[in-house]
Amino acid sequence: MGLLSDPNRRKAITSLLTRLNTPICVVCYLAGIAWFMGLAFEPFTLRTYMSENAMGSTMVEERFPSGERALATAREFAAHKKKVGGMPVDWLVKTMRAQGLEVFTQSFSRNLPFPDESKERFVVRGTNVYGILRAPRAPRTEALVLSAPCSPGNSNNQAVGLLLGLAQYFRSQIYWAKDIIFLVNEHDLIGVQAWLEGYHHTNITGMGYTPLQGRAGSIQAALSLELNSDVVTSLDLVLEGLNGQLPNLDLANLFHAFCQKLGILCTIQGKLQRSDWDTVEGYTHSAQTMLLMVLKQASGRPWGEHGLFLRYHIEAASIRGVNSFRQYKTDATSIGRLFEGMVRKLNNLLERLHQSYFFYLMPSLTRFVSIGYYMPAFGLLTTILLLRALDLWVHLGTPTPVTEDGVGEGESPSSPGLLSVLTPVVISHLTGVALYTLPVLSQEMAVEHFPVSETEAVVLTAIAIYTAGLALPHNTHRLISGEGTEQGWRVLKLVALLYLAVLLGCTALINFSLGFILAVTLVPAAACVTPHVPKALSAVAMVLLSPGCTILYCVFLFQELQEVPVSLAEGWMLFLSVISQGILDHALYGSLVYPLLALLVYPCWLLFWNILFWK
Amino acid sequence: MVLLFVCFCLFVCFSLLVLLELSLMLALLTKATQFFSSGHTNNWAVLVCTSRFWFNYRHVANVLSVYRSVKRLGIPDSHIVLMLADDMACNHRNPKPATVFSHKNMELNVYGDDVEVDYRGYEVTVENFLRVLTGRLPPSTPRSKRLLSDDRSNILIYLTGHGGNGFLKFQDSEEISNVELADAFEQMWQKRRYNELLFIIDTCQGASMYERFYSPNIMALASSQVGEDSLSHQPDLAIGVHLMDRYTFYLLEFLEDIHPASQANMNDLFKVCPKSQCVSTPGHRTDLFLRDPGSVLITDFFGSVRKVEITREAINLTNPTELSLRNELKSEALFYVDQLPVADIIHQKPKQKDWHPPDGFILGLWSLILLVFFKTYGIKHLKHIF
Repeated sequence: MGLLSDPNRRKAITSLLTRLNTPICVVCYLAGIAWFMGLAFEPFTLRTYMSENAMGSTMVEERFPSGERALATAREFAAHKKKVGGMPVDWLVKTMRAQGLEVFTQSFSRNLPFPDESKERFVVRGTNVYGILRAPRAPRTEALVLSAPCSPGNSNNQAVGLLLGLAQYFRSQIYWAKDIIFLVNEHDLIGVQAWLEGYHHTNITGMGYTPLQGRAGSIQAALSLELNSDVVTSLDLVLEGLNGQLPNLDLANLFHAFCQKLGILCTIQGKLQRSDWDTVEGYTHSAQTMLLMVLKQASGRPWGEHGLFLRYHIEAASIRGVNSFRQYKTDATSIGRLFEGMVRKLNNLLERLHQSYFFYLMPSLTRFVSIGYYMPAFGLLTTILLLRALDLWVHLGTPTPVTEDGVGEGESPSSPGLLSVLTPVVISHLTGVALYTLPVLSQEMAVEHFPVSETEAVVLTAIAIYTAGLALPHNTHRLISGEGTEQGWRVLKLVALLYLAVLLGCTALINFSLGFILAVTLVPAAACVTPHVPKALSAVAMVLLSPGCTILYCVFLFQELQEVPVSLAEGWMLFLSVISQGILDHALYGSLVYPLLALLVYPCWLLFWNILFWK
Repeated sequence: MVLLFVCFCLFVCFSLLVLLELSLMLALLTKATQFFSSGHTNNWAVLVCTSRFWFNYRHVANVLSVYRSVKRLGIPDSHIVLMLADDMACNHRNPKPATVFSHKNMELNVYGDDVEVDYRGYEVTVENFLRVLTGRLPPSTPRSKRLLSDDRSNILIYLTGHGGNGFLKFQDSEEISNVELADAFEQMWQKRRYNELLFIIDTCQGASMYERFYSPNIMALASSQVGEDSLSHQPDLAIGVHLMDRYTFYLLEFLEDIHPASQANMNDLFKVCPKSQCVSTPGHRTDLFLRDPGSVLITDFFGSVRKVEITREAINLTNPTELSLRNELKSEALFYVDQLPVADIIHQKPKQKDWHPPDGFILGLWSLILLVFFKTYGIKHLKHIF
């Protein structure tokens, strides 16, 4: 007889399962955390290497000469920007046309659901200016994009200046096989989103824009510049994009190869690589870099302009110039040469970047961990949920001889099962829907009655609905049939555990960091909660492990890792702004973190909260 | 006494003269035998570059440098089949359009302005290559795409690209194996399409490609042994690619010193690019070749040397009628072997041969049948039949 169909053997296995359940769960949890932290340890990581043949074996001498002229252009740009009080569209168009590019503009406008703290108005209007450098001998089938944002005030002038300098230099070369688009966009990410939507003829986010007059073919790769000063000490690479999507690792390898060739310091997450991996400080440094990447990826927001390109399968990265207190400074000519080299190598591409990894974590710029190595950490956490579910299934299958009331005994397991489970599930999800829709919808009413701004109204409404959900079990007890039965809460917990496992699994496949962070806090809560644990203590523990508090911890951790620690009050304000930014990102760019948390994760957590207050 | 002495001197002088003349004649004879020893009357070259894409610039430069040497040494374009899998000179990424350089700092442009490419781009496939070698081309193929060699042709075949143990990659999508190549050469031998063949290959693990040859009169050279990679020579930082492979680079340097009258032989060619320069170990194979490699001139394969003998004495031409009589007598002795034994293939009705009595097997078979027949039906029944 088979292992599972032999009743004796099955009983032996199930008894083993129920006996050893808790120890195995604890071991799995600790192993999962340890595995994750061990990923930053250098011997467990791989060295990065260039996978694409077309980019690896070609080496070019960079000859960009005019860094100083680029800086002069930047000063001119700054002057015109101040004169116009926004984006100097006419000056940009005139300059690009003088360089021989085909220049076009695009105007866009967007109604924000509520005014952002930085924008403080409901409607954002702007213009994008882009010039196309046509490849002299190639057909117009492929393109590369170089973009620099036009930011208000005094920031990013040098980026636009360098962009224009590069455009002039590139115009006089004959070896371009792809068209190059030089994009200067207004209002940062909103401008980029409008341009991309116009370029690809889509309308995902409800943006209003004029159609693009000039087009260059399918975009193979994009680079975004952010430069604030004339000289930089290091260049920072930003990879995390919308919804935690990452560009192909070859782009990071390309950046690193050129930094090494030109002798420029390059960093990732703002941290330089250390060579002492076997010391505690070295390990902590790598772990900090990796945790920063995990937190940034989990937030689901695009951390640079490149983040919005990734949705269209365009490999993109942002390069940020950092001017810190170091002796060795790099001038604009070297940065220009770096970009020249990178664009020239991207020019040699024959297909889109696809040879290297798309899912990875980087403890430093030269070391990476691929999905095959980091997924087991998450798998170990999910195993806990499955073990608990199995345990419950076994218990449900064999009715216990002693019950507190005689109602549950003798009944088949499924009859109080599904129907009674349906009610808490529906109620929790309705709360989730309320959490998703009400904050934005009711901001007007809130502003009427309370002395708060719209942003604060939205955020505070969200928090209010979140805490109101905590009171649900008291109010909905009457509606739940099979109330107070042992079977009832077991079935509910079984359903909730499986639901959570599927949810976290799907999230981790798309955005590993988000799935892992949610798993770290939700899995212990889900595994341990029963109606029999002491109520007050476990209620506090459940609240502390809820998704909202997870976001709070992440905010504090992020600040800590950035070496800008904040006090409790500042942290709270940051937390509120993170929530508002999340809602805004969802409305503007289609980020999925806020709907995921509100519509799926929060109701799941509410189910466990219901189980806690089952009696 | 004096008479004797004079006779003796005369005798010595006479013998010396005779010896001198004999040695002269011997020298002339060896020179003459050497002169006519190679046995070929025309030269062909098949030069193939099998890889495409911009970063494989060096393979095209390899083939073009061999093309340049071969053309310089006298083989005309009509006798060269040049197959290039991609166009590097007019590639969009080439900062120096219409040129293909073999030395950095752009010393030598091997593309020139009189290149004739016979198979270009996607026409360079395994099938086309094998058809060129075996001559099985559709009737519409132009002459420039055919290898019109005969049994007195010396053919140089040069292949370069990406290869592995036992195969050569064509166009990033298909491969030719060493077995196929050996069979193609055997087909060429059976169809009398070459007199002698020199096969040079510059790929990784190139020696594996000549391991399987089994036809006579083939000499093979490769740039690396099995398990070794052939390395590229030098990158040019203005163009941004590696310009040549090491083996062909030093081969080109060697060939630049060869002129049509040069007496360099194959042993010098085997010494091209030792391990110190090439990093890989070049190999060669001469066991199938009938002549001694030391007596084979480089120009036997790389050049197209017309053999001219200047004679200062009058030659007596015999009467043409006498000549024809003599030829008739000899005409029966020479004939071509049946190149396509149709009778074997189609199983035609055999011609009327003399009757032979049935041999043992047929006899035994029939006796067995008869025995069985009689056993079954019994002898006694025979009386009723007969």
